[in-house]
Amino acid sequence: MRRVRNWFANPWGQPRALGAITWLYMVWSIAPVLIAILFSFNNGRSRSVWQGFSLRWWWRDPNNSVLHDPTLRGALEQSLRLAGLDMLIAVPLGVGLAIGLTRWRGYGAKPVNYLMLFPLVTPEIVMAVSLFLVFDHLYNVPFGTEAQVLGQVTFSISYVVIIVRGRLLSVGPEYEEAARDLGASPLGAFRLALLPLLYPAVFASLIVVFALSIDDFVVTQYMSAGQQTQTVPILIYQTVRGTATPALNALASLMVIVTLLSVGLAYLVYRWASRAQPVTSSGALNEIAALEA
Amino acid sequence: MTRRWFWPSFALPGAGWLILLFLIPTYAVVAVAFGTFDPIFSTPVPIWNPLHWQFASMRSVLSGLEPGHAFWIVFVRTVGYVAISLAGCLLIGYPVAYYLARHARRTKGLLLVLLIVPFWVSYLMRMLAWVGLLLPDGLVNRTLMDVGVISAPRAWLAGQASSVVLALVYGYVPYLILPLYATLDRIDRSVLEAGRDLGGSPIRTFLHVTLPLSRHGILAASVLIALPMFGDYYTNDIISNSPRTSMIGNQINLFFQGGSEQAVGASLVIVLSLFLAVLMSYYLWITVRASAETKESLL
Repeated sequence: MRRVRNWFANPWGQPRALGAITWLYMVWSIAPVLIAILFSFNNGRSRSVWQGFSLRWWWRDPNNSVLHDPTLRGALEQSLRLAGLDMLIAVPLGVGLAIGLTRWRGYGAKPVNYLMLFPLVTPEIVMAVSLFLVFDHLYNVPFGTEAQVLGQVTFSISYVVIIVRGRLLSVGPEYEEAARDLGASPLGAFRLALLPLLYPAVFASLIVVFALSIDDFVVTQYMSAGQQTQTVPILIYQTVRGTATPALNALASLMVIVTLLSVGLAYLVYRWASRAQPVTSSGALNEIAALEA
Repeated sequence: MTRRWFWPSFALPGAGWLILLFLIPTYAVVAVAFGTFDPIFSTPVPIWNPLHWQFASMRSVLSGLEPGHAFWIVFVRTVGYVAISLAGCLLIGYPVAYYLARHARRTKGLLLVLLIVPFWVSYLMRMLAWVGLLLPDGLVNRTLMDVGVISAPRAWLAGQASSVVLALVYGYVPYLILPLYATLDRIDRSVLEAGRDLGGSPIRTFLHVTLPLSRHGILAASVLIALPMFGDYYTNDIISNSPRTSMIGNQINLFFQGGSEQAVGASLVIVLSLFLAVLMSYYLWITVRASAETKESLL
């Protein structure tokens, strides 16, 4: 009890119990993933009993490895394809929406602002069911890659708006006004003064949309049409309880590596791109991560 | 002079997209829920005009929601799982966020990176990791048997409520810690010093200063993870796959992926959405208020 009181007595001291809880949590949150990655190198069919090291599930096995199994490869390709298309469509739409909502002072701005916030709080299954029903009964959009992209863009736009708008609010309208005073047209002021200031936010949006798309399961599954349009999360969902081999672990590990590498790289570019602006490192990290939720 | 349509035209494509692919689809759920059924093709027929709505599906869902009936049991179970998981997340998450915000110094950068790593590892990958650990010959069973807690391997993946709650806590706790950390990090240290200077004991300072100041953060973060938990069906399918633990999301998913009773599924979606509307509007209110404050402070 005295030790508890001591921890509270000096709130700026080093409370060992809290520190221990924090480090235990970190180990608990990351160790299972590391173990799963380790088992992708298992020299046997088991995903839970270690049978020695091998690379058979990565590329050695001519039929069942990630490199050679068409189902696994297909899922990886579909995941990356959707992520690319999602980034390509959602980021321009979101940037435009953010700029419009920040500068537009009319009757329409407020309802659109609320509409933009709704996808962030709607449980994914509700969104997936709505898209499923509207494509089925009203728009006659066939399920498959197109439907998957339409669905992913719909939930990605709002994240882009939030990131870009945060940047817009901190930039303020002064730079464009200066450009206008110096004789630029509205479009010229936007292109020459505002857009370059938004590049770091645009870049952060690209990364967040990439991660959202790669990670998405519910909407992508509802919009999918059989094996052809399976993504990695869908494949994991369908085979993890069954006869999956460590090749599934290898595929999932590959996704983790791709994501972490691109995020790490992006973070470095982000810092480089915003080097002129005072952005603290943890601030940028928070910005990117908080929006992932 | 900037023309009146100049700025709205930037918003137009995005706004149009959201109307076509978010607003109208939401109405499609209502139209199907209150629609009829084509007996020949055995497909649902949505009714778009509210004046012609049929209430048979909704009535069957509502009767299933009476205490003791099928949907009621699933619904109560869902609320129970979410409540327990949320409590678990707060129990783990608050101390971690508190330590990061208040005490971590040299290790803070590393801890923040470790905290964010789960965000970039696919949720399904994290569930796959637990399946490996919870298999009959997995690490969890072997460790428990070595220690002597159990004598034979337990079937953790066959309808165990405890496994489902564990997986939910594991899956969602990172999304709770980060916003909590942001809230606690923003608390002005001079306020805490004032609490101490005015003679408050450390515990009283915590209870009367830190806790009230982080109340909104706790609620917002809880809503943020409770909403997706209520719609979650994949965690349950992967970790349990048994009707004994099925949640409302599983029930909805069943109507769309398996069966043909879309109208009943759509009615269930409406009921769930209305139930969650309270939580959603609270979160929206906080977000709008926060962004208004940011605008004010910048002006």
